Amino acid sequence: MSMDRRQFLKFSGIASILGFGATVADATNLITGKQLLPPQVDKNKETLTAKRWAMVVDMSKFKTDEDFQKTITACHSIHNVPDFRKPDGAPDRKFEVKWIWKSTYEKAFPGMESQYQSEHVKDMPFMLLCNHCTNPACVRVCPTKATYKLPDGITMQDMHRCIGCRFCMAACPYGARSFNWVDPRRAANLDPAKGGKVNPEYPTRTKGVVEKCTFCTERLAVGKRPACVETAPAGALLFGDLEDPNSEVRKIVTNKLTIRRKPELGTGPAIYYLIGGGDHA
Amino acid sequence: MLEKALEGSKKYWAWVFFLGIFALSGTYWYIRQFNEGLGLTGMHRDVSWGLYIGQFTFLVGVAASAVMLVIPYYLHDFKKFGKIVILGEFLAISAVTMCILFIFVDMGQPMRIMNVMLHPTPGSVMFWDSVVLSGYLFINALVGWVTLGADKKGVPPPKWIKPFIYLSIPWAISIHTVTAFLYSGVPGRHFWLTAVMAARFLASAFAGGPALLIILALIVRKVSKFDAGKDVIQAISRIVAYAMFANVFLLGLEFFTAFYSGIPGHQHPFVYLYKGLDGHSELVTLMWTSSIFAAVSLIMLWVPKIRRNEGLLALACIMLFSSLWIDKGFGLIIGGFVPNPFEEVNPYWPTYPETMITIGVWAIGFIVLTFLYKIAISVREQTAGVEIEH
Repeated sequence: MSMDRRQFLKFSGIASILGFGATVADATNLITGKQLLPPQVDKNKETLTAKRWAMVVDMSKFKTDEDFQKTITACHSIHNVPDFRKPDGAPDRKFEVKWIWKSTYEKAFPGMESQYQSEHVKDMPFMLLCNHCTNPACVRVCPTKATYKLPDGITMQDMHRCIGCRFCMAACPYGARSFNWVDPRRAANLDPAKGGKVNPEYPTRTKGVVEKCTFCTERLAVGKRPACVETAPAGALLFGDLEDPNSEVRKIVTNKLTIRRKPELGTGPAIYYLIGGGDHA
Repeated sequence: MLEKALEGSKKYWAWVFFLGIFALSGTYWYIRQFNEGLGLTGMHRDVSWGLYIGQFTFLVGVAASAVMLVIPYYLHDFKKFGKIVILGEFLAISAVTMCILFIFVDMGQPMRIMNVMLHPTPGSVMFWDSVVLSGYLFINALVGWVTLGADKKGVPPPKWIKPFIYLSIPWAISIHTVTAFLYSGVPGRHFWLTAVMAARFLASAFAGGPALLIILALIVRKVSKFDAGKDVIQAISRIVAYAMFANVFLLGLEFFTAFYSGIPGHQHPFVYLYKGLDGHSELVTLMWTSSIFAAVSLIMLWVPKIRRNEGLLALACIMLFSSLWIDKGFGLIIGGFVPNPFEEVNPYWPTYPETMITIGVWAIGFIVLTFLYKIAISVREQTAGVEIEH
């Protein structure tokens, strides 16, 4: 946006009047004691904001298994997600915790497969994570508001308030929630005694609480896109504001064929899977 | 009146001691679970509720069933239930105590239990469940204690208790309705998403609870001078028969909807439970045992000749109670989680620690029940023969 001298003067004049006015109002309130507000902290100017965060997943951009693994590892290592292993090194499903994972077409979209589809089609890989639903069942059922909606559409949770009742896990139709059946810091990837390493910039969890993907709220706050979006192959995971008509995710959702998991349940998932791929990015 | 629980025969104390051993072993395993986490149980990511929540659900029904004695006695003036109604109310207290304990042992962070009250969430069914359950415990403790206290003195209970008695009727319905809503209100669990869930819960509760009461009344008659009366037991057995018929009918409706509609997602849990799915048939034997027990006990209760024989009646009640315990205390929960949202079959079976904790909670519940029944029976033995108008 460009601005000539005249416009600039006009703009700064209005701003100073408004600013001055605000100061007077604050001072009056301070004297009369009408309204004592807590100290205001300026919002981080870097913070990425949106009216409705959403994601478009273009599976055609994931070429190799390594593409999946590095994306998953990026998320799980940043967020200290425990990786429980059996003595023989195989994943231990009993205590499994996951925020983002690779699944198949048949499992991600149950009931959509047909008998004539080849195993190749049924086993086509799909990246799954929390759908950050518009009308999330997990939030509705939580008895302590430990899981809740943020104004930008993210389904968030407070790991310090969670009582571990697991009602949210019964309610989520996407299997997006994991419970810490044992102390997650015991897992080999997090326990220094077993050669593990904790990311000191993100909290580890205690046993007995539920967790899941948060769309990287902690990264958005400092102007970074979610870790999976940064690490995935270019254009594979697109992240943006669905309410912004000019955003890439909105353009794709408007103009291309996308599908969502179990939309018939009325949860309003915000993860869109692009069919056919293409040069959208 | 409490002192009555502390004076008893050697047999009485042997029984309490016997239960005490299981209560202690349950406590030991719970302390281990508390320290190590719920990983000590057989639950996992896909079957995230198991035996504990099943027992909770089943026992809410037992608690609610007291209303089957309260309604005839207080609303229809069916005087014969005068003696036994206290056994129903005290059974409800013991059952709600177990419910609360089962919720507690199932929590990942039990020390945060007060968060439910600190951050009340009217949109959550779980919040309402905790409200109605604690309310029901209070109402039954109050009503049971006041009416029994009046009996002891040989006077009619005070008038102010009547509103509480009447309140206990809709309240009993509410505890089981709200418990059913825990299940029938979540999307994506085909087995639970059914409008008849609450109705079926109530039907099975009104069969299972009174069936247990018949067994208890027969035991009480054996070990004390307190006799509920043959005709009273017969009257209750008819209630059990009608309620069980309603329950089996409602289960039949579930099968019809699942299989006539032909929707695979609705059929899968039934197939897993009764036939086995993807090579997994962990629950098939149990579920068929439940079905056969249900059918046989129903026939036994239906035929007057069999029902009037108290030995056979006791057998029918044991079968019916076991049938409902399997169906509601186990199958109902597992069927909701298998197959999982990805249509994978990832089975569940309780572990040894989990089983010991479950037995421990039942033992604590039965200790509470033993003490309460001992008090009630002692009072009734003293006032034997004196009919008191309530």
